[in-house]
Amino acid sequence: MAIEVRIPTILRNYTGGEKAVSADGASLSALIDDLEVNHPGIKDRLIENGDLRRFVNVYVNDEDVRFIGGLEAELSDGDQVVVLPAVAGG
Amino acid sequence: MLTIDRATYDGIVAHAKRDHPDEACGVVAGPEGSDRPERLVEMVNAAGSPTFYEFDSTDLFQLYKEMDQRDEEPVVVYHSHTATEAYPSRTDIGLASEPNAHYVLVSTRDCFNEDGGNNDAPVEFRSYRIVDGEVTEEEVIVVDELPARSN
Repeated sequence: MAIEVRIPTILRNYTGGEKAVSADGASLSALIDDLEVNHPGIKDRLIENGDLRRFVNVYVNDEDVRFIGGLEAELSDGDQVVVLPAVAGG
Repeated sequence: MLTIDRATYDGIVAHAKRDHPDEACGVVAGPEGSDRPERLVEMVNAAGSPTFYEFDSTDLFQLYKEMDQRDEEPVVVYHSHTATEAYPSRTDIGLASEPNAHYVLVSTRDCFNEDGGNNDAPVEFRSYRIVDGEVTEEEVIVVDELPARSN
């Protein structure tokens, strides 16, 4: 099983500069755990207190995961996951 | 240093005035690595607030998908302050996540009188780099047109 994960500029220091990496997982939560194995430190940038960080957006096949189960969102082979930090401020 | 053409500069200022007293926000996209702000994209402030801005998450996705397809990046990320100076707030600094972008701040605080009428004062327009929590202000140079591409 392989899922392509698109990495934003700000997190590419965890992926050796790669814009996209491959990972496995039947749910977003499992996928992030798998990412952490190969890219240590990245999980903490995505998750806080057991939930997705407020200002990190994750999309599965163009859909914001917050609308499809959050960390429990189901994934299957060939899905594309995109991580984008929110563009926000005060 | 940010070099920006007059029409784009005026477009950002007009957007900020139009959305006052709420914060306006958007990007100016340009070819990856070019440092050329070529394509103004006004975004909706999903927060609809005078003290906060956030791109709607679906709009954000579409924007990045489109930029990706066009080999573009956000050369400028802009938003307005409507009651304070055009300097990044603590929140702006904490959430800045495009280390290669010019963060443009405009302030409309002096542009309107108490009744919301226009008092013709200029919009403050300033630009910054925000990297790892460090803010560096930079010069803004407004040109009639961006110089021809060097490639």
